Amino acid sequence: MSPAGARNRLDVAIKQKSYRAASGGRLQVLGELALSLESGAVAALVGPSGCGKTTLLRIIAGLDHDFEGGVSIPAQGMLGMVFQEPRLLPWRTVEQNVRLAAPDASEDEVEMLFAALGLAAHRNHFPGELSLGLARRVALARAFAVKPDLLLLDEPFVSLDNALAARLRDELAELVKRRPVTTLLVTHNVEEAIDLADRLYLLSASPARVLAEVPIARPRTPHNPEQLAQLRQEIARQINRAYL
Amino acid sequence: MGARLISLALLIAVWYAGSQLAGARLLPDPQAVALAIVEEARSGALAFNLAATLARVAVAFIVAMALGSITGFVMGRSQVADRLGDPWLIVLLNLPALVIIVLAYVWAGLTETAAIAAVALNKLPIATVTVREGARSLDRALDDMAQVFRMSGWTRMRHVVLPQLAPYLAAAARAGLSLVWKIVLIVELIGRPNGVGFEIGVAFQLFDVTRILAYALAFVAVMLAIETLLVQPLERHVARWRPQPA
Repeated sequence: MSPAGARNRLDVAIKQKSYRAASGGRLQVLGELALSLESGAVAALVGPSGCGKTTLLRIIAGLDHDFEGGVSIPAQGMLGMVFQEPRLLPWRTVEQNVRLAAPDASEDEVEMLFAALGLAAHRNHFPGELSLGLARRVALARAFAVKPDLLLLDEPFVSLDNALAARLRDELAELVKRRPVTTLLVTHNVEEAIDLADRLYLLSASPARVLAEVPIARPRTPHNPEQLAQLRQEIARQINRAYL
Repeated sequence: MGARLISLALLIAVWYAGSQLAGARLLPDPQAVALAIVEEARSGALAFNLAATLARVAVAFIVAMALGSITGFVMGRSQVADRLGDPWLIVLLNLPALVIIVLAYVWAGLTETAAIAAVALNKLPIATVTVREGARSLDRALDDMAQVFRMSGWTRMRHVVLPQLAPYLAAAARAGLSLVWKIVLIVELIGRPNGVGFEIGVAFQLFDVTRILAYALAFVAVMLAIETLLVQPLERHVARWRPQPA
């Protein structure tokens, strides 16, 4: 049926997704939306706030089955996910939070992740004792500790200051380089998308559909201002074209 | 700590003044009651009766908490179970303790099983309602997280669900413990040949207020010890992750 390489791919083919509105009618949040990522690809979904990006991620994560269409995730299907808020267990320490999600991770692997994300000094702290930036790092460590086949990131750096967000982006890029994993990043921040992804999917306002696919040459390497400007122009052009 | 001692001293002073006004027959003074406690302790009757009552409290409490927590959790998670169980709960909640006790003795005889079942049945609906409230307010976001990371059923229960239910379980246990021991006394008064309730019943027939107070205070002291030595340290341990107020 499916071609040989398809087993490690992420295939999303959604016909539509709607919610029952409180007033009685149905509210469509996702339109016809198809995308597929081969193994190791890092894609960013860029779209305006409230366009249904989080809904899409929830469907891919298997948290929402009430939609028309189909989703097939990579074969083993181990998921790593970073939610919009860190979503840690407040009554367990940083280390316990990671280990409960990834009971099979070895001591070395956890050690390595904590070192890479600057968490070594905080292993025994409770989440309530961490800043938001640190808590987000714990969420990242947890997602990587499970050695995911598919990594889903839902605006992982939202509400952090620019400098900190940039540093965390670099750390994330470093982790992805070290252990390639098929990744879907949701963001409304174009810069973040350009920094991390090797391809951008531009989404329309709700009900979301894919407006355009923009490949990034030489992903996860520093872009000079000229290239950046060019990329932005290209993205703006694609968005405008889609609306015309 | 100082304030608590002062408050306690004030209570004893009021008691003493009251006994002077009312006379030793109606309200014996603290010294007389203390002597009665010592006397009962010497004969071994105090320890025997306290142990009998405490054992009934413990068994009834454990049975009621276990069953109440499970039914409460199921009712909080499933709408069908909630609709099915709710009328039963309302009936049980509104059935006077005395009715349950008398019926238990009539149906099952004046036995230990009947006594404990009656107490547990009185406590059960309150534990159920409290835990149901907790189960209803479980955090969906953490549930989703546990599902995404494929946590096992045991891990979810132990590390995701139970810590969220802990405050509700603690509230149910707190309220339950004091309720259970009050009802155990009635059960003993009506249909048991030993225990604090039985002794108070005998003292009532002899109009022996000193003995009533001696047994009541001795048992309150036992419950106070359980509260400070068992319940409070446990609560502190469970809440250790909460940021301490500065």
